[in-house]
Amino acid sequence: MTGTLQNESLTKSLVFLRILIGWHFLYEGVIKLFNPDWTAFAYLATAQGPFDWLFISLTNEAVIGWVDTLNMIALIFVGITLIMGFYEKLGALAGIVLLGMYYFAHPPFPWLEQVNVEGSYWFVNKNLIEIAALWVLYQFPTGFYFGLGYLKSQRINTAKTPQL
Amino acid sequence: MKWTRRDVLKGLGGLPILGSIWWAGTANALVKSKDRSEILEQLKIQPSLTSALPEIGGAPIRIGIIGFGIRGEQLCRALGFATQDWLEEMKLEEELTGNTQLQEFLDQEKLNIQMSAVCDVFDVKAEHVIASFSTPEHTVKRFTTYQEMIHSGEVDAVIIATPDHWHAPMAIEALNNNVHVYVEKPMTHTIEETYQLQEAAENSEALLMVGHQHRQTLSFKTASDIVEKGVLGHVSMIQTFTNRNDDNGAWNYDIHEKANEQTIDWDLFLGSAPKIPFNKNHFFRWRKWWAYGSGLSGDLLTHDYDRLNCVLGMGIPSSITASGGIYTHNDGRNVPDVLQVNMEFPDFSTGSSQPKGKEKGMTFTYSATLGNGFNRPTILMGHDASMELGNNLTVWPDGGSTKYAAMLEEEKMKPNVPIYHYNPGANMPDAVSSATSQYFADKGLMWTYIDGVRVNSTFLHLREWLSGIRNGGTMSCGIKEGFEEAISAHMTGLAYKLGRRIDWDHKQQQIVPIEGINFDEVLLSST
Repeated sequence: MTGTLQNESLTKSLVFLRILIGWHFLYEGVIKLFNPDWTAFAYLATAQGPFDWLFISLTNEAVIGWVDTLNMIALIFVGITLIMGFYEKLGALAGIVLLGMYYFAHPPFPWLEQVNVEGSYWFVNKNLIEIAALWVLYQFPTGFYFGLGYLKSQRINTAKTPQL
Repeated sequence: MKWTRRDVLKGLGGLPILGSIWWAGTANALVKSKDRSEILEQLKIQPSLTSALPEIGGAPIRIGIIGFGIRGEQLCRALGFATQDWLEEMKLEEELTGNTQLQEFLDQEKLNIQMSAVCDVFDVKAEHVIASFSTPEHTVKRFTTYQEMIHSGEVDAVIIATPDHWHAPMAIEALNNNVHVYVEKPMTHTIEETYQLQEAAENSEALLMVGHQHRQTLSFKTASDIVEKGVLGHVSMIQTFTNRNDDNGAWNYDIHEKANEQTIDWDLFLGSAPKIPFNKNHFFRWRKWWAYGSGLSGDLLTHDYDRLNCVLGMGIPSSITASGGIYTHNDGRNVPDVLQVNMEFPDFSTGSSQPKGKEKGMTFTYSATLGNGFNRPTILMGHDASMELGNNLTVWPDGGSTKYAAMLEEEKMKPNVPIYHYNPGANMPDAVSSATSQYFADKGLMWTYIDGVRVNSTFLHLREWLSGIRNGGTMSCGIKEGFEEAISAHMTGLAYKLGRRIDWDHKQQQIVPIEGINFDEVLLSST
């Protein structure tokens, strides 16, 4: 009984974490969607670290428009899946990929100059922590408890349970 | 299937969260964009576009370069002629630092000119021009004196990039013989020369262009529009600065290893300057002595003064005071390396949002040191807003503004939040090679941006001059602008050297005489 209770409170905590991260992604995406002047150009053009060539190549005139659009769609996708508790594993993976890119575009490595950062970081920054949190969410989906996944599981349960 | 309340809560509970975030994001973005358009609508600023120039048609214009030092070489590059050494150096820098200057040079539009002749008192430099710029069809011809070059009939136009004391004699000789002139700043070395050159330019059929290339900077045209539309209100104070802290910035240029009495025509270099024995230091670092140069007032203040004269058109100040000294480079120079200048314009106004007659007059300050490199930006301070002027423009509303009082009250504007930012090169990561280059670049003196592409403003300035030679037209920095610049620089030099206020008589168009003082003697004196 205690185990179930603990499980339930862990599930609730994970739901809370899922909503918070979804909230973060969705708001970032929506702000970009409604700001026609937004572009990742400056962020990418000033990339540092081992993959700077990759990010700088994305600033190419032919590509940057697609990069901006895909980034915005991906942010909104991650946001919606996590908040709604549906395809959340896919959402968590997409989030990890996005954050991984943000992490490596401006990695907090001690030999690189840290520009436009609000805190002090040594290898670990908030992007990396959010990646770790998403990794947890990927392994423990909670949509069945709170989210569209709940309805799905209920329907399956209903179907499976013979009417008495 | 029938949904229970529990089903709805647990299954669709995310929906209101999603809806709220979406609403908040949309509202936030829209409010910001609405506020911005409201501000922009009130400001009515038109970001400037470049004006198209008529083509430089016909036979190539034959150019003679007089003086192939640091600036002479830069001017030739702007014309499309780079030395082999420079090309190799830039190729290396491109690989090492990503410096894009080589590519920009190669992409530069080709001008319809021929590099015909060179005149330089240092053999190495003259031979360098001949070796680098001669083509199979034409070998660059060397002339010993500028008179020979001007009278040869082999040049249509000359570029004068010599020490200051040679500017006017050469420019006057060329104009008197209807040879077009591009002369570096300051236009003249003395007051008398300034009037002589003015007369020569007005009577000549040839064109005179003074080398203030920043007149081509696109942001300055937008800045003009901002001031004209009254965005800043009455500007009562302008602050301009020079901050440099390196050898190059303090005019301690390299001394060429091949420089000696055999390779340099020393007497020709001296010209009207006091006769002294051969001195390499004076030859390569002439900007440090009043005999050949004019120090901070003629060399760097002129940039800042003309930048503002280009934006505001305020003309010659009614009076100037100046002070300073040699405080950071006691190396034998006699021009100051720290200088404070106040220029008064008591009748000037950029317009007012307050009751008529309340506001009039403006002070322009120039504060310079060659012993500190902290960047102090150029600021125009108006009753309604302040503007930082450079290649980028930023406008902040003033907390006490009359014009924006309502918007400030409603917090649609905040005093510490810019209401306008113009950054034509926002999409350009720049690689600037040295501290001095950065100093010039920040001020908009090196390049401007056209359609987001970085363009050398010296190239644009020279192109305007060349197009004018073929097609006529008024120069953006002709004799009027050059006269105002030169007089202001000389008044500053006098104020510093005499330690007293120097006044300009607008009616008589002359510096108010001071009994017993010969101004030109003072300007040329070593102290």
